[in-house]
Amino acid sequence: MATSVPPAPAPKTPPVTAPRYTGLETSPGVARAKRVGARGILYAGATFFALFAALPFAWMVLTIFKQDTDLYNAKHNPFVYNDPPTLDNVRALFNETEYVTFVVNTLIVAVAVVAITLVAVVPAAYSLTRLAGRWGEGLGIGIFLVYLVPPTLLFIPLSRVVTELGLRNSKWAMVVVYPSFTIPFCTWLLMGFFKSIPWDIEEQAMIDGYSRLGAIWRTVLPIAIPGLLTVVVFAFALTMHEFVYALAFTSSSAEKTISNGVPTELVRGDVFYWQSLMAAAAIVAVPVALLYNVFLDRFIAGFTLGAVKG
Amino acid sequence: MTATVAPPSVPATRQPRYLLDREGVLGPLMLLPAVLYIVALVGFPLVLAILYSLSDVTVGDQSIDLIGFGNFTAVWDNGTFQKALRNTFLFTFASQALVLVLANLLALILSADFHGKRLVRFLILLPWTTPIALAAIGWLWMLDSVYSPIDAALRSAGLLGPDTPFGPLRNMLWLSKPDLARLSVLLIHTWRTLPLATVILLAGLTAIPQDVKDAANVDGAGFWRQLIYIRIPLLLPIMTVAVLYGVIFTFTDMTVVYVLTRGGPIDNTQVLASWAFLKGVEGGDLAQGAAIALFLFPVMAGVAALMLRTARRTETS
Amino acid sequence: MATVETRGLTKHFGDGNAAVNGIDLASTDGEFLVLLGPSGCGKTTLLRMIGGLEPPTSGDVLIGGQVVTDLPPRARQIAMVFQSYALYPHMSVYNNIAFPLKAQKLPKTEQKQKVAWAAGILGIDQLLHRKPRQLSGGQRQRVALARALVREPNVFLLDEPLSNLDAQRRASARDELQLFQRRVGTTTIYVTHDQVEAMGMGDRIAVIDQGSIRQLGTPHEIYDDPADTFVATFLGSPPMNLVPRGGDLLGFRPEHFIPADVAATEAMATFPFHVHREEYLGAERLIYGEVGDAKAVARFPANVVVPAAPGGTYDFAVRRGDLKIFNPTTGLRTDRPV
Repeated sequence: MATSVPPAPAPKTPPVTAPRYTGLETSPGVARAKRVGARGILYAGATFFALFAALPFAWMVLTIFKQDTDLYNAKHNPFVYNDPPTLDNVRALFNETEYVTFVVNTLIVAVAVVAITLVAVVPAAYSLTRLAGRWGEGLGIGIFLVYLVPPTLLFIPLSRVVTELGLRNSKWAMVVVYPSFTIPFCTWLLMGFFKSIPWDIEEQAMIDGYSRLGAIWRTVLPIAIPGLLTVVVFAFALTMHEFVYALAFTSSSAEKTISNGVPTELVRGDVFYWQSLMAAAAIVAVPVALLYNVFLDRFIAGFTLGAVKG
Repeated sequence: MTATVAPPSVPATRQPRYLLDREGVLGPLMLLPAVLYIVALVGFPLVLAILYSLSDVTVGDQSIDLIGFGNFTAVWDNGTFQKALRNTFLFTFASQALVLVLANLLALILSADFHGKRLVRFLILLPWTTPIALAAIGWLWMLDSVYSPIDAALRSAGLLGPDTPFGPLRNMLWLSKPDLARLSVLLIHTWRTLPLATVILLAGLTAIPQDVKDAANVDGAGFWRQLIYIRIPLLLPIMTVAVLYGVIFTFTDMTVVYVLTRGGPIDNTQVLASWAFLKGVEGGDLAQGAAIALFLFPVMAGVAALMLRTARRTETS
Repeated sequence: MATVETRGLTKHFGDGNAAVNGIDLASTDGEFLVLLGPSGCGKTTLLRMIGGLEPPTSGDVLIGGQVVTDLPPRARQIAMVFQSYALYPHMSVYNNIAFPLKAQKLPKTEQKQKVAWAAGILGIDQLLHRKPRQLSGGQRQRVALARALVREPNVFLLDEPLSNLDAQRRASARDELQLFQRRVGTTTIYVTHDQVEAMGMGDRIAVIDQGSIRQLGTPHEIYDDPADTFVATFLGSPPMNLVPRGGDLLGFRPEHFIPADVAATEAMATFPFHVHREEYLGAERLIYGEVGDAKAVARFPANVVVPAAPGGTYDFAVRRGDLKIFNPTTGLRTDRPV
């Protein structure tokens, strides 16, 4: 299983005892002040960026528990709970909107997409790393590049395909279409894993009496479980993120996913129920973030085409 | 010298039970599902999109009657298209220029050790890991024309309101004023793609071999010198890859614009992707929608080629 | 009968060069045949083709007299041990050894018997429940051998199994391996680049360079009767001296290069030896110098006093019987009956 943070090198401190006599000897006091100054800048920078990234989320979460009378009162200080915080909005989200349907749909689509992805990606990645010789690497990169073809280009003809298949306005349209981007990305990702498994184990299994397929099943796959897990996680995450196809292919609440449903459906008339909206967004954001965090290194190795080891 | 000649057994071409052992057969067979999927759901639609753009297909008239490049000229002459084209480039390259600078800073910070580093690292990633549409909704509320907390903060600082530099209104109207709306989209793209660039750069930083750093230290190079003469040149390929990804994800994105402003006010934040969507899906003019989207293609192809070249060079260096 | 034979076996990889160039090879039953050569000479490719892991471009492989060229590895009745031992990391030692038996669908009780038998021969009965990562290099080698042994194959193929061991372990591992092979009596094909291993273990050695066999013979034949300059210089450390004279290339081993008055027979060739330096290696002494323009080395046991000091030139000689004559352009021996 991938570890999360690569160990960082020791912090750089300016050379204090360097034998370079510039004429102006730095006293230990000045040197320490320099170091403290540098640390100060470091913390300031870290804080700035953390705030820059997270403030919208903080605001999101704060809003969730605000009562209407507090939120929509322009005279109130928006940064505190002038009226006591409440769970009503969260309850409303689950009871009075289609949110639960969205979540269920998202999960169904995700599970199906992950299954299709695995079935296509595992043999493909194996073939490209073991059986394709010199073409393997090039083809692998080629397949990865397919991932970069934008949905905004393909959604128009794909709408036609979806309609022809009778899947207009159905979550199964997404199940059919999503693998078109999860497969390219995950094939490349899994190739990275397979490349790191030494060849001789499969060859030994073939010598020991199994066909290649038997050898793969008994030796490669058990060892590649972390890789398979990574594929599952990223296929899942990519499914959760997708918006364009979902928006183009589904129009009724019963078939929408979270990504698509929340921005479009949780608005009644022209009225935005902001607290529930924020709850809808926040509930999804955190688990996905946690998953990404755990598998980040592999993700990066895949993205940089393996140039940087995860 | 040679052993006694024995009768040879049956040649394998007549032994079908070993067919699946032949690499020549197994290899392509295992690739088939993935390749089929890609050809059917990417290759084929791509061809179809090109056909559409050269025809007069609409939602009403589904037959493909080729009309040549008419759609492209019609689209090009359209004022909104020109706005969209300009915006697409503006948002992409301005945001990525910003990201380049910021990501370098952030990666440097994260490569050092300090208290709370894990937390910071987690928070930094949030903009990237949150589904785009949901993050956009969050920003929609953050930039609300009445209740924006940014406005509230500016007001308390005395910068917003009557007789102030940003006044005289009590709200900035982030999404209603054309310039501010564009700035908002730009900001959100930067905010969203910064984490990816940072993490890629960080990985590149930690990949600088220790002996290079050691040699620099022995040679007496201080912090800044190391930065300029060693780290940045070594990081250049990785930086290029990181920026190129940001370009791809920003150039083709329609979600931020769609959720935030639908391209408004008055098409001032329209980008090629969102314009294509609105024309194609909501307007029903599939041919023009396809034509608009195809304008994305040259830049994408160029970017992909650049990325390949840089990645190859990184690997061989 | 478990002999291994190759006929005109050739392998071209994509870039045109032949890794293995039409090799004809025949082992005898039960022999320990070594494929010796430098890195990249094709010996491993040859072994893999014999094992069925690499399809040949042309030619045939015969095992036990049967053509097996198009058969996959599992149909060839062979066992192979890789350089890394390729132990299945996710299985215990017991399951590693039992793996080939499972493939044969042997009943569990029989599996247990055979594993116990193989483990007994290799002395690893105590390790059966451990995982590979808990074993030392030597133990892993024994597990790999047990796994190879357990299905009682016709042929063992070993690909540099000792290179992963450190120098001290290597000598005792060599000993164990050889005892093992003698006891089991299975035809073994052994790949190595280490000539000491080859000389010490092989019944016969095939010296391979650039895809072709330069010479196939017993250690004695290879060392004392090399077929060409490659074999002459590949075996022996330091390698055979090669000195041009009268249109020929004369070869002689450092241990046969002695002061002329010591050689003292009429059937000898003399050389003026200009000495540069001396190396004392504990058990022996090496004298480096030149004969004419060619470098030469003489080797003496350490307890012999050598009348040759650096800077001087001395009359050294080689007895006729120890002198080999090579063709300077082809490198082939000219004074040897083919």
